[in-house]
Parts: sequence; structure tokens; C-alpha cells
Amino acid sequence: MTRVRQHQTQDELLVFERSSPGKVGYQLPALDVPAADPVEVLGKERVRESIDGFPEVSEVEVVRHFTRLSTWNYAIDLGLYPLGSCTMKYNPRLNEAVARIEGIVDAHPYQPESMAQGLLRIQRTLETYLADIAGMDAVTLQPAAGAHGELTGLLMIRSYLESQGSPRRVVLIPDSAHGTNPATAAIAGYETREIPSNREGMIDLAALRLAADDSVAALMVTNPNTVGIFERDIAAVADILHRQGALLYVDGANMNALVGIARPGDFGADVMHLNLHKTFSTPHGGGGPGAGPVAVKAHLESFLPVPRIREEAGGLRYDWDRPKSIGRVRAFYGNFGVLVRALAYILAHGGDGLRNATVDAVLNASYIRRGLEDDYDLPYNAPSMHECIFSDARQAKYGVKTGDIAKRLIDHGFHPYTVSFPLIVRGALMIEPTETESKQELDEFIEAMRAIAREVEADPRLVRSAPVTTRTNRVDETLAARKPVLTWRGTPE
Amino acid sequence: MLAELGLEAAEDLFASIPAQLRQKEPLGIPDGQSEYEIRDFFESRASESARGYACFLGAGAYSHFRPVVVDSLATRGEFLTAYTPYQAEISQGILTSIFEFQTMVAQLTGMDVANASMYDGSTAVPEAGMMAARITRRQRLLVARSIHPEYRQVLETYYRHQRLPTSTVNWDPRTGQLDLEDLEASLSDDVAAVIVQSPNFFGIIEHIGEAAELAHRSGALLVVVVSEAASLGLLAPPVEADIVVGELQSFAHPTSYGGPYVGILATKDRYIRQMPGRLVGATLDSDGRRAFCLTLATREQHIRRAKATSNICTNQALVALMATIYMTVFGKRGLRELAEQNLAKAHYLADSIESKEAERVFSGPFFNEFVVRPTARTAREVNALALASNIVGGLDLGRFFPELKGTLLICATETTKRADMDRYTECFGRIP
Repeated sequence: MTRVRQHQTQDELLVFERSSPGKVGYQLPALDVPAADPVEVLGKERVRESIDGFPEVSEVEVVRHFTRLSTWNYAIDLGLYPLGSCTMKYNPRLNEAVARIEGIVDAHPYQPESMAQGLLRIQRTLETYLADIAGMDAVTLQPAAGAHGELTGLLMIRSYLESQGSPRRVVLIPDSAHGTNPATAAIAGYETREIPSNREGMIDLAALRLAADDSVAALMVTNPNTVGIFERDIAAVADILHRQGALLYVDGANMNALVGIARPGDFGADVMHLNLHKTFSTPHGGGGPGAGPVAVKAHLESFLPVPRIREEAGGLRYDWDRPKSIGRVRAFYGNFGVLVRALAYILAHGGDGLRNATVDAVLNASYIRRGLEDDYDLPYNAPSMHECIFSDARQAKYGVKTGDIAKRLIDHGFHPYTVSFPLIVRGALMIEPTETESKQELDEFIEAMRAIAREVEADPRLVRSAPVTTRTNRVDETLAARKPVLTWRGTPE
Repeated sequence: MLAELGLEAAEDLFASIPAQLRQKEPLGIPDGQSEYEIRDFFESRASESARGYACFLGAGAYSHFRPVVVDSLATRGEFLTAYTPYQAEISQGILTSIFEFQTMVAQLTGMDVANASMYDGSTAVPEAGMMAARITRRQRLLVARSIHPEYRQVLETYYRHQRLPTSTVNWDPRTGQLDLEDLEASLSDDVAAVIVQSPNFFGIIEHIGEAAELAHRSGALLVVVVSEAASLGLLAPPVEADIVVGELQSFAHPTSYGGPYVGILATKDRYIRQMPGRLVGATLDSDGRRAFCLTLATREQHIRRAKATSNICTNQALVALMATIYMTVFGKRGLRELAEQNLAKAHYLADSIESKEAERVFSGPFFNEFVVRPTARTAREVNALALASNIVGGLDLGRFFPELKGTLLICATETTKRADMDRYTECFGRIP
């Protein structure tokens, strides 16, 4: 363990426990208009007494509180974050700076179009670039995250099929899919039917042919799929669906393997979403915000959410007159600040740079796979794209599971990989390094994983009790779920 | 590295993609640019915006004073560049802050619990509707026409495609508040929830207690929407509601042309298992020390798949953190003072405009937004005049409500300067 050394972190109370009456950390200017007495203006019953339990702390206490908390987190800024299917790449700081430029960050969504031309131009440019990358004809930027994009896409599919006089009720989903796919299909009012994977980890074409009857609206597929393998028969998959009048939905979670190399639009996708917080480097921020733009082929364009942006002689304008549109999926124009960051990323890379990033992402994953295949079980032999999947089959013989190896990886100074997903691999370890990691960082990771494999053989108990170098030992998730405590309600006796 | 993998060219990495599916033409995106050029590009776009204008728009996106520490803390790499805290032992920082967020949202709204965030106020509304439908096993939603019209549009998109029924309740044209007689007449035994916003889209404070009583009497839940969080520093919390959803943008993020914002969903203890979205709970580590982790995941898509309470995965965590820092800085006293300043400024502006050539459209009590009908000029003329002196005027409500064409929804917050208010007021006057 050469990578980490334990160091002090400060203990910190909850902010409510730091509070004492009368302390303040804010300043407001004196009112420049006459004060209004709330009780007089609004009536006594409409005015609250106080916000019970709310914090009262000074500014320096605020700064120390959140700074101390921050030191308890792992982050990309500290090192490799190899979560499979999450594409944790470096988040360029320039993107943060441009999203905060005055005129952008303080723009109001209802300021007149004539006073928002630069903001429409940002959206229009991003739409055009994303359509090019996806090989699709039109893009909406409105969805706030990947799952929201999925919902937008499925609602468009539903509207499209209804307009064809063929409403359908089933969405097919491979058993390797992300959980959001079936959850989204259900929320869009569809039944879901699972398609089994074959021995290579790909969609079983025979099973698909059987399942794809005229009740099927669409298949939702991630490509490369969640085992990191390109669905070689994707064109045939699209063909089977299209012959039945069904559509192909591509989940773009793994687009970091394809940008500049292959385009979903060229392999039969009718609709797809992109995750700007994955492929296009916008920060995850501890769980969001993201953005999930949806790209469609021309036959679905008239169903996109309103408003659309139209280029006219006098400039850009919003077009609400779209009678076939599914409607709005979010107020205003989506997570605009995230769109700004993603566009900055694209501008910085350019077309060639984006393609190079893809090459490096796949190269890095292949390098890790080669580095670990002697110590960990590879469930599938097909070449890996941007991520590689192992199983804990060898370690399980010593009573050590993928979750234990993940926790031990923390002691070796890395964030864990994605644990126990996809579900079709028993005891999965799903590793995605992304293109922004150096060979040195990858070598250190490989060395840590190999060291753990040796520890499993020599001292499985050590691995099972990891992590031992963190502020908190293994956290009891069962207790949390059995007796949910979701808010602070005073110091317990 | 290629050589170590036994490969000759980068192309070989993509051998598993059939040749005919590989991209033939390069991307049509221009060559990469330097930091300087990119900054310049966005500065130019920003100059094609209303940079430096005084703005009287609210309508779901509010300009509030943001202390410097909010961004200086939230942009720390340990917060900014972390993923969803699935690995609790190295995510205690973000988990602790989410627990504090949940607590503060519950305290503000008068609910027992809150989740870790929704995308925004608009998408939180259909999530609340679906939650109410699961709880009551009823389907219809009865929606006040005075909620934010774009929130209603989002709700309609979600519901129309699920073939779920919605109906609307009117406002009282005199007060601008919910028409309680219309509500009573519209309630039936298939109504899962009544959805009301307070302050409503016109800035008017609703009678939540009466709406709750009517809803509950017919077995429906009451969902209260809050789009201007700053109001909660002063207004009685909607404790009679069963679910409170809304937007915390006011405490978290600049208006940023509509996003990213942060939605909230809060409710009573008894409905915890029907909530959508992530939840952080307190627990212990193996040494018995307090720790936090994501919990009740069996409601969520990654475990329950098609039977999940929602499909939400990525939420608005960083913006929720900004709100948490903001609420901590202002605290109990600050949020009150902030809200009182909003009240004072909006009432000063309303009185000033009314003393010119304009009439207030609604008589109900308001917080920091109000509706006026200009009488000397049209609303369009007022705003054109304002724009000529670098003022973005209020929102012409004809955009959403045909019957309110020619009226303006005007907002003043603690950041609105008296001099700008006086200049805007002049735009309502007669041509001398």
C-alpha cells in the first residue's frame, strides 16, 4: 500500500448541533424602502413564528463545517474513479468558469428572445454537434438527466406509434440493462418484457425474434452493452424490430466508447439519449445535476418536446407551434448551465479530439483488462470497449465477494468499481477508467487490484473487514433501512 | 500501451465493431480550441444577452443575493467531482450534507421527511401526483390553474401519455386565490390529490387549510407546490399538506436561464416508502459510530426496476448542496429577514405602480410578486419603454392565460434596487 497514508481529518457535528441562538453568518443591506409589517400585510395566521430547528451559526463555522465534510469524500480530483457505466472523467475547470459568466449565469428564462440570442445560439450549436455525434437528425436539450431522457424518448415513441394507428403496450429490455430502463418503461405506461443475453453477453437474436411481435413498441438497448461489449448484431436487431413496426431506443450511457468511431444513427437507432454528465465531462457533483438530451431520426422530429429552436432571418426563436409534440418534460429549457459546460468540452476537443478521447478510453480499459485477467475471472471473452467486466468467481472460493474487494480497494487508495452490476454476471466487478487517466495511474490501480487478489488468498478476513483506513468502518446499511432516520430530530438521549 | 496489448494501431481496439458500422466521415465539429478562445466564445454569447439589465421577472426563477461562500465551498473538488455516494465509507461528506438538506427542507415545509432532491419544481409535481395515486389507489389529479403553467404542462405530458386523468380548478377572479366552491364541486371519489401552489403563479398566498380540509374530506391528499422558496422564511408552512414539492432555486442557484435548479419532495412519516428518489439515513458503522448512507433503496430503479416508485437516478445533488450551504449561512434569522425584505420591496413597488396608471388585478395577499394591468399604455408598450432604459419588465400573462392578456406579473426581491423600481414605475405613467 504505497498510495495512501492515513492522515487526520477533523470530526464535525451536524450543523444543527453546532447552532446556538443568536449567531448569524449573513449580512443584508439596509432596506431602501419602507418596511412592511408581515402580520399587518398578510394576516397573523399566514405568518410563521420561526423555523424550528433551523441552524444559527457564524460564517467561519459554515466554512469549517462544509470544508471538514468535504475532506470525508473521495473525488475524481483525488484519483481514478473507475465506476463502470458512470464515465467518471476529469471535469475541466474552464467549463465551470464559462458557466458562471455574467449574462449567462444570471440570465432569466423569460427575458425576451431578442435579449437572449447568445443563449439560444449556445443551445442551437450544442444540438447540432450532438446530432452529428449521434448520427441523428434532431436533438432536444430539455431532459434533466439520463432517466429523464429515457422517459422523453419513450413518450415520443408512444406518440409516434399512435400517430401510425398502432399503439402498442410492450417494451423489450435486455436482462443486462440499467434499472432505469424498466423503471422508465413502466412510468411511460408500458409493460416490460426481458430479453435474455446469450453466452457472449449479447442480445440473443433468436429470443428477440420470438419476443418481437406486433405488441412491441420498442427495444431499449445500451451499446456497447453493460458488459462493455459492442453488440455486433445491432444492425440485425434493428432490422428485426423495424420489420415488426417497432423502434430501437439506444441508451447512450456508454457513448464514451463510440464518439467519433461509430454512430447509433448509423446502426439503426430511432431514438437515443446522451448523458452530458458522463460522456461530455460535466461534474457529477455527488449525484447531479446531469443533462439527458434526446436525439431522434427525422420521422420522430415532430414529436420532440416544445419549445424547439428555429433559425430565422432575424435570428433564433422559440417555436411552440408543434401540434404533434409530446409537450414539455421540464420547465424552461433544461439544465442550461450543464449544457454550457458540455459545449465548452466539445469546443475544447474538436472533432478529432473527441475521437482521440474515445480511442484513449478504450485503450485504457483494454490495458486494465490485460493487467487483471491473470488474477480475476473474465466471464466473457469478446473484446472490451471502454469498460471491462470481471467476476469474483476465484475470490468467492475464499469467501470474498465483489463488495469486499471493492471495500478493500478503498484501503488501497481508490474509489471502487461498480459492484454487482450487470445482474447477469454473478459477483460482477465493472471497471471503467475513462480516457483522462495516465498509464501511471492505471498501473497503480492494477497493482492495487493484484495485491488484493493476493490478500484474498493469504488473509480473506482482512479483505472482508475492509475498509480499515477510512474515518468510518463498514457502514450498517441494513440498520439504516430497518429503522429509517431521515432527518435530524434533536440529540438522542 | 498498444504494443503491450499486442495491437499495431488504435483502429485494432475497435475490431469488434463491424466495419460497415464504423463511422466513415470525421465528425463535422471544428478543431479543438484553447481556453482563451473558448472563454471568448462564451463572453460573446453572454454579450448577446440582457447583461447588466435590471430585471422584474420572477415566475418560477428568482434572483436572490448569494453569499460568496456558497460557491467557494460547493466548488471544492471533493464535492464537485464526486459521484453518487454509493460507497458510504468514502462519501460521508456528501451524505452528511444531504442528511442536513433533508432536515432543513422538512423544517422549512413543516413536513416530517424530505428526499435528497428532484430535478426541479416542474418534474417534482408529476412525481407527487404518482405518489399520491399509489397511496390513495385513485388516479385523478385536481390541479389549480394558478400553479406555474409550465409545471402544469409537464404534469400533463407525464399524465396524458399514461392515460391518467387530470382536471383543473379555477381561481377566484377577485382575489386570485383558489376558488374553493369550484374545488368542492370538482372533488369526487376518484381524486387522488388536489395540487395547489402557494404563493401561486400570481404571487398570491393560498388558503391551504381550507383546501386541505376539502381534499381530505373526500379522501384525497393535498399536494402543495412552492416555487418561491424564499417565501418559506416568512409564511406559515403548509403543515396541512400531505406532500410538499417545489423548487429551491431561490436558495441555491442563480437563474441561469432556467437551470440547473433543485426540486424538493417532502412528506409525512407514514408515506416514506412511497417516496420517489434517493434518501439518506442515519446509521452506525461497525464500531458503533454515527454514519450516514443511502437507504430504502428497494423503492428505487436499480433494485426494484419496473416496480420502482420512480425512474429517477441522477438528481441535482450539487445544487442541493448549494442550497444547504445557503440555508446554513442565512439560518433561522437570515431567512426571515430576507423574506421580510422581499415583502417590503414588492409592496413598495406594487404601491408605486398602482399610484401611476395601473390597477392591481387580484386583491389576495401577496409575497414578492403581483399582477397589474397598465391603464395608460399596453403591457407591451410599458415593457418596450423599460427595455429602452435597460430594464427587463414583468411577464405578460397573456403568454399563458388568454383571460389575463395585457396584465403583467412583476417580481421584486431583496436584490431589486429602489432606483430601478422607480424607473420602471415611470414606464407605466402617461406620456407627458
